[in-house]
Amino acid sequence: MAITVQRPNLNWRERMFLPAIAAGLLITLKHFKNMIFRRTKVTMEYPEEKWDSNLPEHYRGAPALVRDTDGRVRCVACQLCEFICPPRAIKIIPGEISKADRFAKVEKYPEEFDIDMVRCIFCGMCEEVCPEQAIYLRKDYAITGFTREDMMHHKDKLLEIGGVMHGVVLKWNEKK
Amino acid sequence: MDYFFIGTSLIKIVCLLAFVLGLMNYAVYAERRVSALIQDRLGPNRVGPAGLLQPIADAGKFLLKEQFTPAHVNKLYYWLAPCLAMVPAVITIAVVPFGSTLFGVPMVIADINVGILFVFAIASLGVYGIVLGGWASNSKYPFLGGVRSSSQMISYELSLGLAVIPVFLLVGNLRLTSVVQYQIDHGWLIAPFVGDWTNFGKWLLAIPMFVSFLVFMIAVLAETNRLPFDLPEAEQELAGGYHTEYAAMKFGLFFLGEYIAMITGSGIIVTLFLGGWHFPGIPDGSDGWIFGLINIAVFFAKVAALIFLFMWVRWTLPRFRWDQLMRLGWLFFFEIALVNIFIVAIILIYFHF
Repeated sequence: MAITVQRPNLNWRERMFLPAIAAGLLITLKHFKNMIFRRTKVTMEYPEEKWDSNLPEHYRGAPALVRDTDGRVRCVACQLCEFICPPRAIKIIPGEISKADRFAKVEKYPEEFDIDMVRCIFCGMCEEVCPEQAIYLRKDYAITGFTREDMMHHKDKLLEIGGVMHGVVLKWNEKK
Repeated sequence: MDYFFIGTSLIKIVCLLAFVLGLMNYAVYAERRVSALIQDRLGPNRVGPAGLLQPIADAGKFLLKEQFTPAHVNKLYYWLAPCLAMVPAVITIAVVPFGSTLFGVPMVIADINVGILFVFAIASLGVYGIVLGGWASNSKYPFLGGVRSSSQMISYELSLGLAVIPVFLLVGNLRLTSVVQYQIDHGWLIAPFVGDWTNFGKWLLAIPMFVSFLVFMIAVLAETNRLPFDLPEAEQELAGGYHTEYAAMKFGLFFLGEYIAMITGSGIIVTLFLGGWHFPGIPDGSDGWIFGLINIAVFFAKVAALIFLFMWVRWTLPRFRWDQLMRLGWLFFFEIALVNIFIVAIILIYFHF
């Protein structure tokens, strides 16, 4: 059944529409003026201005491997992150640490550690699962490349993004 | 043969055409910036300083795209329509006086004694471009756009024609340069501050002149398919209207034709109602070439102000419904323009202008 919508009865002033048109023009002029005098807050002009310094503490950017204050790569190649990773972006090939090394008791280190940033969904599960506090999500977000190979973060690239992590548990020191 | 006349005319044609084409390109840029600013955005600001090279990038894109002709169109009319949309708009500028004199040469390409009739005659041809474009596309939305355009243009041409009659009742001459001369002697038609401005009848006359101005401006909006009346190309209803099937420079010609028509329309409004190139206190070109240039600048400043007004209106008002558009044209503006003629005539008789 058709429903008839009751139209409001307009008086002659409203039917002329001119006051309404003038009011509308004034509203748009106000917006125009505020933009000209830069009183309106607008979108950030991205490459020139960045939000980087305001990124929240919990921001999840590119995952990265870290070294501790001794300069050791903290990853022990347990491969838990490789198994937990939902899109299977991580590939680890473990290697053995030689007996002569200072950290010989750690036994394993990642010979290769690749994160495919085309696949990575920045979920942070690798960081969460890591028993060694070795992988962290950093605040890098502009990850680009011309080829798929460019988007593959190898071990040295991951360490470069990660840098040195201070204030973590040093459980492999000789003292322990 | 008057070689001086032919030579100066050719120079004027080339310069004015180049200038208007440049102005049109920057009108497109201005449209994008103004719309952005009204909507609290920034608009194109990447190409060159403040985005000023954007029109060049746009034109380059239009020219470099493939000149694609769909298989189902009527080839001849499909190629003819963009030219027909562009050319009348450009030709109309010929009779508009865009400056006083420069080195003794009058700054109007063709100072003909049927000026405004010529404008109407040529401007009406603009509808052929749109109708042909809609028809030749052989597709339903462009066709609907073309049909809407033809009826809209025919309807609003009436009020367009009737709205200028008061001006010519007063001036007594169809030549556009004499309209400007009258306004220099007696004050702008809607703001008579110079000449015999103490005359009460002058100010009484300014009221119907302002009504005329409003009706004429609204009709120009409708003629150029600007927004409250852009039904022929309503994006939301007709997927772009008459130019849906067009791409590359053929679409570009439609688009630029619309903007040139807007510039020409503003030029005619300025000439008829806003004093043309005249500004109180600035002498004309016979006092030195610098004043000739200033007069041209004044004219184009007025045109730019009107273009801004058009844009402002466009980004404020929603589109009319079809029946509202027709009712507005036939039952409202037509009557107002008609009554206005009589009011002006009575004032003219009473005050003996």
